[in-house]
Amino acid sequence: MPISRGRTETGEDYIAHDMRVFVAAAPRGYGVEDAMKKVKSLVLAGLLALAPTLVSNGPALAQENAATAAPAAENAAVPAESAANATAPAAQAAPAATVAAPPRMKPTEGIGMPKPGEITLQEQFTSTGHTARWLHDVMLLPLIFAISIFVLILMIYAMWKFRRSANPVPSKTSHNTLIEVIWTVVPVVILLVVAVPSIGLLADQYKPAPKDAVVVKVTGYQWYWGYEYPDNGIPEFVSNMLPEDKAKANGEPYLLAPDNRLVLPAGRPIKLIITGADVIHAFAVPSLWVKMDAVPGRLNEKSFTIDKPGVYYGQCSELCGARHGFMPIAIEALPPEQFDQWVLSQGGKPATAAAAEKTADAAPAADAKI
Amino acid sequence: MTTITADHHLDHAHDHHDADHKPAFFQRWFMSTNHKDIGTLYLIFAIIAGIIGGAISGLMRAELAHPGIQYLQTWANIQHSLLGVEPASLDQAYHLWNALITAHGLIMVFFMVMPAMIGGFGNWFVPIMIGAPDMAFPRMNNVSFWLLIPAFALLLGSAFVPGGTGYGAGTGWTVYAPLSTSGSAGPAVDMAILSLHIAGASSILGAINFITTILNMRAPGMTLHKMPLFVWSVLVTAFLLLLALPVLAAAITMLLTDRNFGTTFYDAAGGGDPELYQHLFWFFGHPEVYIMILPGFGIVSQIISTFSRKPVFGYLGMAYAMVAIGVVGFVVWAHHMFTTGMSVNVKMYFTAATMVIAVPTGIKIFSWIATIWGGSISFKTPMVWALGFIFLFTVGGVTGVVLANGGVDDVLHDTYYVVAHFHYVLSLGAVFGLFAGFYYWFPKMSGKMYNEFLGHLHFWVFFAGVNLLFFPMHFLGLSGMPRRYPDYPAAFEKWNSVATHGYEIMAAGMGIFFINLIWSLAAGKKAEGNPWGEGATTLEWTLTSPPPFHQFETLPVIDDTAHH
Repeated sequence: MPISRGRTETGEDYIAHDMRVFVAAAPRGYGVEDAMKKVKSLVLAGLLALAPTLVSNGPALAQENAATAAPAAENAAVPAESAANATAPAAQAAPAATVAAPPRMKPTEGIGMPKPGEITLQEQFTSTGHTARWLHDVMLLPLIFAISIFVLILMIYAMWKFRRSANPVPSKTSHNTLIEVIWTVVPVVILLVVAVPSIGLLADQYKPAPKDAVVVKVTGYQWYWGYEYPDNGIPEFVSNMLPEDKAKANGEPYLLAPDNRLVLPAGRPIKLIITGADVIHAFAVPSLWVKMDAVPGRLNEKSFTIDKPGVYYGQCSELCGARHGFMPIAIEALPPEQFDQWVLSQGGKPATAAAAEKTADAAPAADAKI
Repeated sequence: MTTITADHHLDHAHDHHDADHKPAFFQRWFMSTNHKDIGTLYLIFAIIAGIIGGAISGLMRAELAHPGIQYLQTWANIQHSLLGVEPASLDQAYHLWNALITAHGLIMVFFMVMPAMIGGFGNWFVPIMIGAPDMAFPRMNNVSFWLLIPAFALLLGSAFVPGGTGYGAGTGWTVYAPLSTSGSAGPAVDMAILSLHIAGASSILGAINFITTILNMRAPGMTLHKMPLFVWSVLVTAFLLLLALPVLAAAITMLLTDRNFGTTFYDAAGGGDPELYQHLFWFFGHPEVYIMILPGFGIVSQIISTFSRKPVFGYLGMAYAMVAIGVVGFVVWAHHMFTTGMSVNVKMYFTAATMVIAVPTGIKIFSWIATIWGGSISFKTPMVWALGFIFLFTVGGVTGVVLANGGVDDVLHDTYYVVAHFHYVLSLGAVFGLFAGFYYWFPKMSGKMYNEFLGHLHFWVFFAGVNLLFFPMHFLGLSGMPRRYPDYPAAFEKWNSVATHGYEIMAAGMGIFFINLIWSLAAGKKAEGNPWGEGATTLEWTLTSPPPFHQFETLPVIDDTAHH
C-alpha cells in the first residue's frame, strides 16, 4: 500500500501505511466503550422498524427511494428500477438492520442554498459561520465600503477643485512628511484592529472536535462523493448528482441536489476526514462555512456543529476535470434521535448514542451563547 | 569647392550616421535590434493575443448568460469537426469549458498583459527615460520577443490535441497536479507546459536585459533617485521576474517528468505531495500578479504627474512602496491555498503577512491623490484612464483585504468573489493602466494624435461595461457560486445575465478603441514632440514624435535641478 501522509487542521502530522486503516483507527478510544450504551437505542429504534422498509437495498438506495417515493408516490416504477440497479454496498455489512430510514427531508427554500438574486452571504448554521459572517458583515464590509467611498470622495473633490480652469497655476508641493506618516500609520492601525477578530476566527475554526464527535470520511472522486462512517460501521456509499427531472420531481434545486445525502446529526459535534481519490476536489458547503480541499494522499480534517436540522447544499470547489461543476453536496442534518435511527437503518451502530444525548442536552445552552 | 565638400560630407553623414536611417522591411522587423521596433512588435503581439483571449471570455460569458448548456456542445462539435473526429460527448463539451478557462487565463497573463506592459512599454520607454540609446543587449531583446511566437503557437495548438477527457489543456491556468499529471492524458498539457517554459525563458531574458540596462546605462546625472517612477516599476518588476520565473520553471518541469518519465514529485503514492506543486506555483504566482500590476503603477504615476502639472507627491515613498510590495509579495503566497488544510499557525501567518501589503498599496493610492491635489488638472484621455485606474484598483484592493482573512476565505475561496477581486485589480487595474499608457504614449510612438472624443467615449463605455461585468460577481461569490463552472443553479441567473450584458458593453468599448486606433493611424493630426505641455518632464518628450530611429547618440545630461 502506498504510504500516505496526512495533517489535521490542528497541525498534527500522521504517517499511515493505509489511509483507510488509519481513518478507522484514528478516533480510537470510543466505540468499544460505548457499545453497551447503544442497547437502549437499539430497542428504541426497533420500535420504529414497523414502517415499510427497503433494507435489503442498502443505504444508497434507501435514501433515493425515500426521496422519489415521497413526492411522487404514483411513480412506483422509479424506485423499483433503482432497486434493480443497486449495487448495495452495505448489504453484506448490515446484518441486523430492520430499521427504516427517516423520510428524506425536504429542503427549505432559501436555507442552505443560494437565494435568487442574492447579494450577500448565505444564512449560517454553525458557530464559525456566525462569527465569520459577523466579521464580514459588521467589520470588513463597512470598512471596505468606507475606504472606497473615502477615496472616491477625495478624488472627485480634487478633480473638481483643481481642474485647470479653476486652478491654472499648480502648486509645487511634492513632500509632506507628516501626512505621509499619517497615511502609513493609520492603515497599520486599521489592519491591527481587523487582525484581532480575524485571528480569533481562525483559532475558533481550528478548535479540535471533542472525542464523541460523529466521524465521517469524505472522499472526492471524479466526479462524485463517497461517505463512510468508520465509527458507526457504515461502509462507504456514494453520492451522485440527481438528473434535472429527478431533482425537480423531488422539489430540490438542480445542480445542487445529489441522490444520496451526507446524513449528519444536528446539535452534535461532527468531524469530517476529507481526502481525494484521484485528483484534488474541495468539499464546500457555504451555509456551514465549510470548505476543505480533498487532496489525494492527505487527510484533512474539518470540525463543526450544525445548529439545527435542515438540508444544506454545497458544490465541489476545486477544478477536478470535466464534470467539476456536476458533483454537488447535500448535508441532511437530522435531529439526533433521527440520526441514530438513520444509522440503524443503514445497518450501523449508533456508537455514540448515549454520549450524544448528553451533548444534545447541552446544545441549547451552547446555542444561547451565540 | 568648400561648399561641395561640405555637401558631400553631409551626404556621407546622411548615409551612415543619420539617426533616422532605417533598415529594409524584413531586416527591420524580423531581425530587429532596435528597442522601439521590438517594443512595437510586442504591442502588436499583445493586441492580437488580447483579441483572442477577450474573444474566449466572450464565449464563456455567452454560455453563462443563462443556466443550462446553451452553446458549449455546439462549440465542442465544431472543434471536433475541425479535427475530423466524431461529435463531442457531453463530457467532452464540459472539458472544452475547462480548456477555455485555461486558455483565457494563460493568454491574458502571459501573452497579453506581460508582453504589453514590460515588452511593449518597457522596451519603448525605459531606455529613452533613462537617456540610453538602446537596451543593454539588443540581440537578446529580439530573442525575447521571438520566443513568444512559438510559445503562443504551442498554447493555441494545444487546443487541438487530446488533453484527457476532451481536446485541449483543461487544467486551469494554475495547472494543479494531479489533475495536470495523472488527470490529463495526451499531449495538450505537455504543450501548454512547454509554452509556459518558453514564455518564461523569454521573460527571464527580458528581465536580465532591463536590470542591466537600468543599472548600467543611465545618462550622466540620472541617479537611481531621479529615475522616473515608470523605470522604477520596471526595475522592481524585472527583479520579481528574475526571482519568480525559475521557480515556475522548476515546478512545471517536475510536472513534465511526473507526466512522462514516471517521477512522483506530486504523487503521494510515490512519496511526493500535490501540495508541493501548489506551493511552488504560488511562490511564482503571487509575485506574478505584482509583475502584472507594478508597471501599471509606474505608468499611472507618470500620467497623473503630467496632467496635474505637478511632480509626483512623495517620490521616494512611491518608489520604495513598490520595492516593499515586491519584497512582501514573495512571502504571502500561501494565501492562495487557505483551504488546502494547512495548520492554524501557517494560516495565521499568511493572513497577517497578506494584510501588510495593504500598507504600501495605500501609500501609493494616497500619494496619487496628493499628486492631483493642488494640481492644474487637464482631463485628457490618458488622465481619465489613470484616474479610473486609481478608483477601480482601490475597489479591487479592499476586497483583497477581505480575502486575506484565512477564516473568511474559507467560504469565498474558489468562488466568483475571487474572480471579481482579481479582475478588478487586473482587468480593471492592469488593463486600465495599459490603456492609459497607450493613449499617453500613442502620439510619441506613432507621431499621430489619437482622437480625443473617441478616447473619452472608449473610456466611459469600457468603464460602464467592466463594472457591470465584474461587480455582480462579488454577489455571486458571496452567495456561493464556485469558479470554473459551465452551468449553475437557477438562483445565480440574475447576476450572471447582468455580467454578460456588461461584457457586451465592454466589447462595444473595445470596438471604439479599434476605430480610434485605425482612424488615428490613418488620419490623426501630426503630434508634436511634447503634446502634453509643461507637465511632461521625462526625457521621451524632449525627442521628436516619433523619436529618431536611434536616439541620444549624444547622451543627455540631467542637471541637479531637474525633477522626476
